[in-house]
Amino acid sequence: MSDTAVADTRRLNSKPQDLTDAYGPPSNFLEIDIFNPQTVGVGRARFTTYEVRMRTNLPIFKLKESCVRRRYSDFEWLKNELERDSKIVVPPLPGKALKRQLPFRGDEGIFEESFIEERRQGLEQFINKIAGHPLAQNERCLHMFLQEEAIDRNYVPGKSFSQCCPGWSAVA
Amino acid sequence: MSFFGFGQSVEVEILLNDAESRKRAEHKTEDGKKEKYFLFYDGETVSGKVSLALKNPNKRLEHQGIKIEFIGQIELYYDRGNHHEFVSLVKDLARPGEITQSQAFDFEFTHVEKPYESYTGQNVKLRSVSYSYFLRATISRRLNDVVKEMDIVVHTLSTYPELNSSIKMEVGIEDCLHIEFEYNKSKYHLKDVIVGKIYFLLVRIKIKHMEIDIIKRETTGTGPNVYHENDTIAKYEIMDGAPVRGESIPIRLFLAGYELTPTMRDINKKFSVRYYLNLVLIDEEERRYFKQQEVVLWRKGDIVRKSMSHQAAIASQRFEGTTSLGEVRTPSQLSDNNCRQ
Repeated sequence: MSDTAVADTRRLNSKPQDLTDAYGPPSNFLEIDIFNPQTVGVGRARFTTYEVRMRTNLPIFKLKESCVRRRYSDFEWLKNELERDSKIVVPPLPGKALKRQLPFRGDEGIFEESFIEERRQGLEQFINKIAGHPLAQNERCLHMFLQEEAIDRNYVPGKSFSQCCPGWSAVA
Repeated sequence: MSFFGFGQSVEVEILLNDAESRKRAEHKTEDGKKEKYFLFYDGETVSGKVSLALKNPNKRLEHQGIKIEFIGQIELYYDRGNHHEFVSLVKDLARPGEITQSQAFDFEFTHVEKPYESYTGQNVKLRSVSYSYFLRATISRRLNDVVKEMDIVVHTLSTYPELNSSIKMEVGIEDCLHIEFEYNKSKYHLKDVIVGKIYFLLVRIKIKHMEIDIIKRETTGTGPNVYHENDTIAKYEIMDGAPVRGESIPIRLFLAGYELTPTMRDINKKFSVRYYLNLVLIDEEERRYFKQQEVVLWRKGDIVRKSMSHQAAIASQRFEGTTSLGEVRTPSQLSDNNCRQ
């Protein structure tokens, strides 16, 4: 049972690639670093802030470089906003560590160096995963979080750019 | 399946006249095993003999009649015991009496219509369907019948489609990822090659790799009771690494290596098997972007054998205007076709 004719498996014709496209910088550069944790305040009103530095060449972000200070509750706010407004499955944040906030601990609790480092890594993973997601990039809350000095909790939620076009699917 | 009566005094065998020359084809049974059965096409005659061998030559076998049937049936798995016979032909081989010695009875079912391809559903436990054909020889007796069955496999053939345009589309996510994909045909035969390409117009996400999947979807039921069962038959990686704008990735997927059946649309108005190509891009965060596209699969005949085409030509003359694919024939409608000796 054999075909007398061999199947035609030649490649389909395609446009040759432009050399500037081939050797130019890729248009998908996005890097967010979380570093320089600093504990501010005294006594019971202390809290830790982290520097969130972003570098990108994606046109959807207004600034190609930005640097802001954020605390853990700001990340929680971002997570809640995205879970409510966007269709994506938001990755988990590092833990709230409520146990560490109880009194009579032997160590510094939530201001322990090792804990802060653990939390910093978790936050870095979280924000990189989110910022790279096309559906999250549409949300105003993400841009405000990454590129504006302060988060306005009374902002009007909305989409910053047009929605995904039909005939395609992006699945987290 | 074969059952032997109480105290097997007789051994029954069904033998085909063209057993030597007829091809056998592999077919997966309900329990997932692959076995080879004789292969028939629509319109072909099924002829042979039923041989009875008496175990004890001195013992006579009393019976209430011997017959042979050719059955084509649909079985609904979720409703066990719900069989529906869409082809049912009977030939009486012997009137009630006695068998005193081993003997063979000839039979012939001329130009039997076999409208559907043999098919075993994907999910035996749930809402799947199977189409099967078999010969059944029955020796009727007072207490229990002696029954012997022989399964056969039926393939439906098509010829090269007249219209077979390519599939070409530009899809994407606004400002994020734009691609143009192209497949050289929309209808492929089961040993064909899918030749295509993916052209990247805009890449603003970090792609890790790209693959093409073949998905089989079985659909049972109608209206509000429609049920789909998807099965990924193949996953074939076509690109590893991050592409940039202007790059073109070729596709060359050989279908002969996969277990595929022809596309079946609306069989009996209740059942379909359709195939889809799923183009999947995966980025560095394991996010998946996909585009599904239906392709029609058909079975190409081998080098045409003269005897088969002659029989098929006769069959088409005989059945023209009386039935169309998808129409269900009940046994009562077929009674004119039954020849009783």
